[in-house]
Amino acid sequence: MIRDITIGQYYPAQSCIHRLDPRVKIVCTILFLVSLFVQNSIWGYALATLFLAAVIRASRVPLKFIVKGLKAIVMLLLFTVVMNLFLTKGGRVLVDFWIFRITENGLRTSVFMAIRLVYLIMGSSIMTFTTTPNGLTDGIESLLRPLNRWKVPVHEVAMMMSIALRFIPILLEETDKIMKAQIARGADLESGNLIQKTKAMVPILVPLFVSAFRRANELAMAMEARCYHGGEGRTKMKPLIYRAGDYAAYGITLLYLAGIVVVGRFTG
Amino acid sequence: MEMIQARELVYEYEKRDDEGNVIGMSRAIDGIDVDVQPGQFVAILGHNGSGKSTLAKHMNAILVPSGGTMWVNGRDTKDPRELMQIRQSAGMVFQNPDNQIIGTVVEEDVGFGPENLGVPTEEIWLRVEESLRSVGMLEYRTHSPNKLSGGQKQRVAIAGVLAMEPQCIVLDEPTAMLDPNGRKEVIRTVMELRRKKQVTVILITHYMEEVIDADQVYVMDGGRIVMKGTPREIFSQVEELKKYRLDVPQVTMLAEELRRRGVQIPRGILRKEELLEALCRFN
Repeated sequence: MIRDITIGQYYPAQSCIHRLDPRVKIVCTILFLVSLFVQNSIWGYALATLFLAAVIRASRVPLKFIVKGLKAIVMLLLFTVVMNLFLTKGGRVLVDFWIFRITENGLRTSVFMAIRLVYLIMGSSIMTFTTTPNGLTDGIESLLRPLNRWKVPVHEVAMMMSIALRFIPILLEETDKIMKAQIARGADLESGNLIQKTKAMVPILVPLFVSAFRRANELAMAMEARCYHGGEGRTKMKPLIYRAGDYAAYGITLLYLAGIVVVGRFTG
Repeated sequence: MEMIQARELVYEYEKRDDEGNVIGMSRAIDGIDVDVQPGQFVAILGHNGSGKSTLAKHMNAILVPSGGTMWVNGRDTKDPRELMQIRQSAGMVFQNPDNQIIGTVVEEDVGFGPENLGVPTEEIWLRVEESLRSVGMLEYRTHSPNKLSGGQKQRVAIAGVLAMEPQCIVLDEPTAMLDPNGRKEVIRTVMELRRKKQVTVILITHYMEEVIDADQVYVMDGGRIVMKGTPREIFSQVEELKKYRLDVPQVTMLAEELRRRGVQIPRGILRKEELLEALCRFN
């Protein structure tokens, strides 16, 4: 079950989205996320849906795969929806029951919030599904390079991120293994209240941390053995070069953003 | 010039108690001499804790000797200026396949070494393709390493080292975490490389079957080299090997048992065919 978490994984396929420059994908994803928050109308969401659907279609990543990634945020989603549903005031009262009161505005906000969150995850997972983590790091590194002037260790941070991404599936698998091992020894992870459940996590987290540190140590050694010595004097196997398709992608995203602004003007 | 040469090599580390106080020194390696000629296949045997992995880490300058000297390709590993050349000329493959693959795509991982060396982009691509082809993993180049079997991951790791064009490959128990099939796969790959590219191979292992083709075998115990010789010389001393908690290959064991029961066959038989031949002489 823990293997179902697909956020941050790469889905190998041949598509025009896969071929885009990672910088384009990062910038466009950020623009898309911003676009979700600057508008709040049905037409805006419709446009966003259209854009997202087109990108997913073009990326050739199965929708099933992307939806699977949403499982991880179900709790967060429910929490947000419930909070917004009951705590937003204003508008016509739809349900009035004991201390609960659902208003028209509350319903509206909670539905939009849910859509926003879902699109947020889908949008960003499209980026990680179609970009190899190394590509992603290269993109971030190149976008943040100006920060080097203020002594920010951009290359090191980017390398750390890419390694973290590479180890997500491995550590998930390991968590699964440790959980099974502890269950086999009689650990009870399912029953009890929240505090008991949290306490039951300790025998899982401790071995997980120990093994993560051991892995980190070994990986560092393997990297050094292969002459890794930071970003200085390093060449790139896949250097980032903007191609015609990348400019087109920027163009399409800007067009979409313009669309969102226009829709916001006329309907908001 | 020797590919790898060690003289009076000593490696000590501080022993600590639970609070982290130094309670004494521990010698992982205690005065070792090693000579490896270019193109040789040298095996280092030893049970757990015999110091064989520590020795391997000296060959790549991951560890620096506390006493004595280690030369790799004529370069002293203590000199920090030589570090990159040493690591380039003696590539290292580790035990755990998951913890040595850095890239998330096979070809990016193979390219990691050349990138660090500052090889121009076009040449990296050539090297990656060539390395993947020579370990037979070219068709997996765009796959994620997580989806490969253990043996395949180790072959990718070997390709990653090959792409740096080393003269020597040090394999530190590359098959310890693999199933029998994966083990065969990795050893076959290494032997093929040796034949095709004439690289020096140093194999650290505790599987006896893997060393029968070696030119030279070192047996380690307690940080010292206790036996040295060709596989035939080593495996003919069954009793001595048992002392160091090592087994001999099954065939050798069988031949030894037969000899003890009075069957007239020579010492140090390493392969099934040899035993068969020796036994057929009685007809």
